[in-house]
Amino acid sequence: METPVLSPQAPLDAHVQPMETAFRSEGRPPRPLFMMTSPELHMKRLLAAGSGPIFQMSRVFRNGEAGVRHNPEFTLLEWYRPGFDDDGLMQEVADLLAALGSPFPRPTTITYADAFRNALDLDPHAAPVEELQRHAQEAGLSTPSALDRDGLLDFLLAVGVTPFLKEKKAVFLTRYPASQAALARIDPEEKSARRFELFLDGLEIANGYHELADPREQRDRFEAENRRRLQAGERALPLDERFLAALDAGLPDCAGVAVGVDRLAMALQGTDKIADVTAFPFDPSIESG
Amino acid sequence: MLNHNQLRIGARVEIDDNPWIIVDAQFVKPGKGQAFTKIKIKNLNNGRVIERTFKSSEMVKKADVMDKEMQYLYKDDEFWHFMDPDSYEQVALNADQVGDVEKWLKEQDNYQITTWKGNAISVVPPPFVILTITECDPGVKGDTVSGATKPATMETGAIVRVPLFVQEGERIRVDTRTGAYVERAKK
Repeated sequence: METPVLSPQAPLDAHVQPMETAFRSEGRPPRPLFMMTSPELHMKRLLAAGSGPIFQMSRVFRNGEAGVRHNPEFTLLEWYRPGFDDDGLMQEVADLLAALGSPFPRPTTITYADAFRNALDLDPHAAPVEELQRHAQEAGLSTPSALDRDGLLDFLLAVGVTPFLKEKKAVFLTRYPASQAALARIDPEEKSARRFELFLDGLEIANGYHELADPREQRDRFEAENRRRLQAGERALPLDERFLAALDAGLPDCAGVAVGVDRLAMALQGTDKIADVTAFPFDPSIESG
Repeated sequence: MLNHNQLRIGARVEIDDNPWIIVDAQFVKPGKGQAFTKIKIKNLNNGRVIERTFKSSEMVKKADVMDKEMQYLYKDDEFWHFMDPDSYEQVALNADQVGDVEKWLKEQDNYQITTWKGNAISVVPPPFVILTITECDPGVKGDTVSGATKPATMETGAIVRVPLFVQEGERIRVDTRTGAYVERAKK
């Protein structure tokens, strides 16, 4: 199945910026539209309408993300399994890798907390902000005081923990902090998010959740993301009321995952450059005008 | 001040009261997390290489460096001496600052000297230099075991691999970025 690239609302994320365009037709004012950063909201509406398990290969667009490992447009293979939880879906992702003839060993699993403990001797959930700042300073972050807790954790994961993940070759990082749950449900006992990411050679390949189905909590999270956006100097985005209405109608208990197909191709081919797997890579060094 | 798009290889920044040149720059962003720019920088004073990471929205101070063509005069025990051809002012660079550019320095030739806050801190050779071979074996024609090249010592002390047909006393053009032989120098 296919869901639209163009929509009047975009997935609401503090750190993912949609590209914007407009539908123009003679005699009518332009209709602003966003290009999708992820097919998630549309696919969940289909799940709520009774689609059953669904998958899609979609081109997505993320503004401002260009670099050796990032192309502003890329392809996600996204699928949803009613009746699965995140642990079950991880196994299916591992099965997919094996079916593709992956040269990597079957991915192992490590929690976010254990990865930080092993790599940095740091408890990411309990350590006070000052301790995170100190580790960040040592790892070369320029102004630790300018970042909040999640920003410090993002930096420490990217710069401090990634080399450890790279050593593990193929690994699922599981149980993200509750503050970074995105659209995953939070485990009430462990107080962490049922969210996982696949890393191959230290490269982020896939992001998956045991999906949050509670419409009120989802609305609260969207509003919190908008507050973070404003704090970061970005504009707030409109909430997708049709998506929230679908959650009201009832999203089946399911797990979902988005695999970066370009990233997967990079890992399978042994390259760390996205340009190597892209026919016409975006060139971020070109100045406009 | 430089914004994150301007943090590119070759840009020179001031961090911790020191001038650095960017030797690598990467866009770093966990999928749902904040964007950073991670730069690998080389200290223009002592050659030390470190990594620093900045929030994408953070500005970085541009290094107050200037480049000036100066003539290389001579070397004494500790310093290499250069002269500004316009003002006749002389500057001296130490071993750390000259680094391995030493092997491309020919007396009387001009080189780009970088100054920071008015003090000379480093020298950059031109992309190609013409040097005379002061020592090398005649080379046996057809000797392909050594890759059809032989080592040759230049007047500056640099050792460059040259084709077997090149002889002692000849002048050759060398690529200073790779240290490789390019061609015989035309008269």
